Amino acid sequence: MIEVRELTKSYGPTVAVNKVSFDAHAGEVLGFLGPNGAGKTTTMRILTCYLSADAGSATVAGYNIFEESIEVRKRIGYLPESAPLYTDMGVIEYLNFMTQVRHLPRSERKERIRAVIDICGLEDVIQKDIGELSKGYRQRLGLAQSLIHDPPILILDEPTSGLDPSQIIEIRNLIRDIGQEKLVLFSTHILSEVSATCSRILIINNGEIVANGSPEELASQAKGEDIVHIAIRGSQEAIEAELNALEFVSQWTHVETTDDIVTYQINAAQDSDAAEALFHVVVKNGWSLTELRQESVDLEDVFLNLTDKEQT
Amino acid sequence: MTNITAIFKKEFRSYFNSPIAYIFITFFLGISSWLFFRGFFIQNQAEMRSFFGLMPWIFLFFIPAVTMKLWAEEKKIGTVEILMTLPIRDAEVVLGKFLASFALLAVTVLLSLVLTFSVIYLGDPDGGTLIAGYIGLLLMGAAYLAIGLFASTLTENQIVAFILGISTCFVLLIIGEDFVLFNTPNWLFPIFSYLGLGAHYSSILRGVLDSRDIIYYLSVIGFFLYLSTLAVESRKWR
Repeated sequence: MIEVRELTKSYGPTVAVNKVSFDAHAGEVLGFLGPNGAGKTTTMRILTCYLSADAGSATVAGYNIFEESIEVRKRIGYLPESAPLYTDMGVIEYLNFMTQVRHLPRSERKERIRAVIDICGLEDVIQKDIGELSKGYRQRLGLAQSLIHDPPILILDEPTSGLDPSQIIEIRNLIRDIGQEKLVLFSTHILSEVSATCSRILIINNGEIVANGSPEELASQAKGEDIVHIAIRGSQEAIEAELNALEFVSQWTHVETTDDIVTYQINAAQDSDAAEALFHVVVKNGWSLTELRQESVDLEDVFLNLTDKEQT
Repeated sequence: MTNITAIFKKEFRSYFNSPIAYIFITFFLGISSWLFFRGFFIQNQAEMRSFFGLMPWIFLFFIPAVTMKLWAEEKKIGTVEILMTLPIRDAEVVLGKFLASFALLAVTVLLSLVLTFSVIYLGDPDGGTLIAGYIGLLLMGAAYLAIGLFASTLTENQIVAFILGISTCFVLLIIGEDFVLFNTPNWLFPIFSYLGLGAHYSSILRGVLDSRDIIYYLSVIGFFLYLSTLAVESRKWR
């Protein structure tokens, strides 16, 4: 539904988005992950036709974002960063304005306003002016506004910023629900958020896409090696001789020896079931195992890895 | 058209949701009636000429105050990002906002008819001049509004938009005045005297509705609305 090819945009000498390309389809929740100033917002602004790009092309639902911008805008619901709203309007008045500019038929307006109020949990504040709303409710109203025309594509810029933990969970569930049949593209710099919500992650750094894949794929891509912590009661020499002989062990480090328990950190080839194999080695030699723990490389490492590399 | 109507309604209501409209109407009517009646009884003539004569100067301060928020505020709080990603053309937004500010001006001018009625009650002013005066007032006000709107597209600071609006209106107002024209080089003279906002207004005030004056005001309005659209679009320039 979204096809982006070599999109480039610079502000003066600063390149904000550099040859970004990706595809996204209905039924996906796409997480844009990256440090502040990585180009997430700029990419979203270009896709929503707020800004133009210097080079490259993109189509949204088959329409070129530069030539058929009105058609593109009809199909996108957009929540900009920090949910900017007209503070002097009432909640219902605002949603009503949105139904007008989104060209909803008069007969459906009430029904849609009702629907987004239910979805976003705005029931308690419908009598209020937007200026009186708390940050959390403003964020929800911003989301309601983006859903009002039931768009096939939803673009949300940091939808959970400024919310309390229970609200964050609500919004995440909402995003996941919507993502069942639509395309949701949202940005965040909170890692747990993407692994909890997204079916696919795009990591952006310095305007370039440095990783693209499902959370699991990214985690395994980056690790390459499994790390096993093991503590064995046995003779140190004999254990080390065994370790050197094992094919899947690429590197091992002796951590400490207390009494006759020896602790090692072992780097093993990926998917070699190192922990299990090591267990068998221990059993075969008649030693006893006091600790065996395989560490998984998580998204945080992937993220730090990818974003640090680029900066240095 | 539905787009323009929706924007118009939103902006017009926003004037009345905030104190802007009330303050504008109250102070405009208060100040203009005070300045008018102060001289009215001394002159002892049932005519409105001094009222209409004041207007270019009163508008100079009041009208940029009406338009200053139209774009600057949207940019400042970021709502422009939602507004400009709606399926609406930039020109439609510009037009909707302009019409809303014009409607506020029209309401105010309508309320100022109270002055006219009291003059009619006290004497027998010339009806033709009165009607021409009001048409001139609306045309000149609309031109000021278009200029103020353009000033507002250039900045996200309302004060800057206000001052920029006043200065631009001021320059356009005085270049047609005799005092300026005396000191103008000959080759600039016809241009300045044509471009002056005030000269066309005075000729309407004389009770002559010349199509040239009307065309002049309509082109000033069109020109500045076009510039506003360009300024709004400029975020997309490559």
